[in-house]
Amino acid sequence: MIPLGAPLAAQGPVIPDFGEGSDCVVENRLFCPDWVRDNWSGTLQPALIEHVKLTIIAVVIGFVLSFGAALLTHRLRLFEKPLVVFAAIVYTIPSLALFQLLVPITGLTVATVEVALVGYTLLILYRNILEGLRSVPPDVLEAARGMGLTRRQTLWRIELPLAVPATMAGLRVAVVSTIALATVAALVVPQGLGYPIFIALREAFKTEILVAGALAVGLALVADALLVLAERALTPWNRSRRAA
Amino acid sequence: MTASLTVFGDALEFVVDERRLILHKTWEHLLLSGAAMAIALVIALPLGLWLGHRHRGSFIAVNVANLARALPSLALIAVGFVFLGVGFWSVALALVVLAIPPILTNAYVAVDSVQTDAVEAARGMGMTDRQIITRIELPLALPLIFAGIRTATVFVVATATIAAVAGGGGLGDIIVNQAGYGLEGVIGAAICVSVLALAADAAVGLLQRALTPPGLRIESRAFEADVTTVSRLGPSVSKVGGHPS
Repeated sequence: MIPLGAPLAAQGPVIPDFGEGSDCVVENRLFCPDWVRDNWSGTLQPALIEHVKLTIIAVVIGFVLSFGAALLTHRLRLFEKPLVVFAAIVYTIPSLALFQLLVPITGLTVATVEVALVGYTLLILYRNILEGLRSVPPDVLEAARGMGLTRRQTLWRIELPLAVPATMAGLRVAVVSTIALATVAALVVPQGLGYPIFIALREAFKTEILVAGALAVGLALVADALLVLAERALTPWNRSRRAA
Repeated sequence: MTASLTVFGDALEFVVDERRLILHKTWEHLLLSGAAMAIALVIALPLGLWLGHRHRGSFIAVNVANLARALPSLALIAVGFVFLGVGFWSVALALVVLAIPPILTNAYVAVDSVQTDAVEAARGMGMTDRQIITRIELPLALPLIFAGIRTATVFVVATATIAAVAGGGGLGDIIVNQAGYGLEGVIGAAICVSVLALAADAAVGLLQRALTPPGLRIESRAFEADVTTVSRLGPSVSKVGGHPS
């Protein structure tokens, strides 16, 4: 990995070296389509795929942990406060700092990145899932009990389905902000869309900065849209109400 | 494991030994964050209050927040760098862009969701528009407005760390320069930034409590416990901004 080392200002005069390229690249104009074409399969596409992988792993682990914690505290309120406080403290630590604080423990590995990214999803997911479980109206719970459903049946057939909207709202925030955060991960491992951004920042190469940044934003918007569609599919009762 | 603990020990030693450097960088960090927050407040707060008062522009207020969540701060700082070059103001501008959405959306939602009964009663008592805003809507909306300011503050303090990659200064300068300060310096500065972010969060929280009218204090605590369902606009607006990076 190329050390990302000193900030620009500390490096002294930067002598641009864009290698052999078109006039556009050599002059470092705002946007060079030919550079994007030439570097799509070698640089941008792999970075995009890595970015998606980093995000999916983090959100899946974060979701499993939050889901378990929410189920636990749904019954045992005692643990709620400590869990929220812990998650809130982790959430407040700036990502650049958290990544570095984990390096002595887990090294310059993907694990470092994932631990931090998972940590950031916990607060949003946990709070939203719990909120969803608690939003079930008491009447509905009484009706369930009146129908003879056990506690477990109530959870799986009543509470969890009704918690879907709040859960999905949390999932949207978690996915979108994890995609944004994963760009900073490039400071630890040379992966994801942040890596081309860091490299391009050192050379002040405009096209790469703009394209990689736009890809990250685009990825977040596409992921958000997909989750909205997933939520509609999972909550058919809301759909019919909306149509009526 | 013991090796890693030694690193943290060395890091604390670095902070003590290099306290002048740390203080200098912390000052830069605060200056950058403060400038960005001041500009963002001047722009976003009046706009959000006015839109909320007129019950207009919910589409803009909500979508600005959703869009902003998708903006990676690193990309934003990099883009600011592309257009404005290296330095304080290019980074400050990127931070302003990041700070506006949570302030604007929360101010809008806060004022918009003030009970119409209270506003109508005030109008019936002969209050002018300005009086309604300053005496009714603002005090009632204060807890939620401050929740937005708090989110934005943590956001800005955290992101100012990344500013170092575009020559913005601050504690991030040390974090991204392992070649110059060694691992102990990087870890030391990371500890300082974390403490700074937590302190900023707590400080705005205290300010919020101090400025909230006594009659609203219990409610404001309820708000803190229940950020996910802030308003009728749905949970999507609630924790505006996603993670502060």
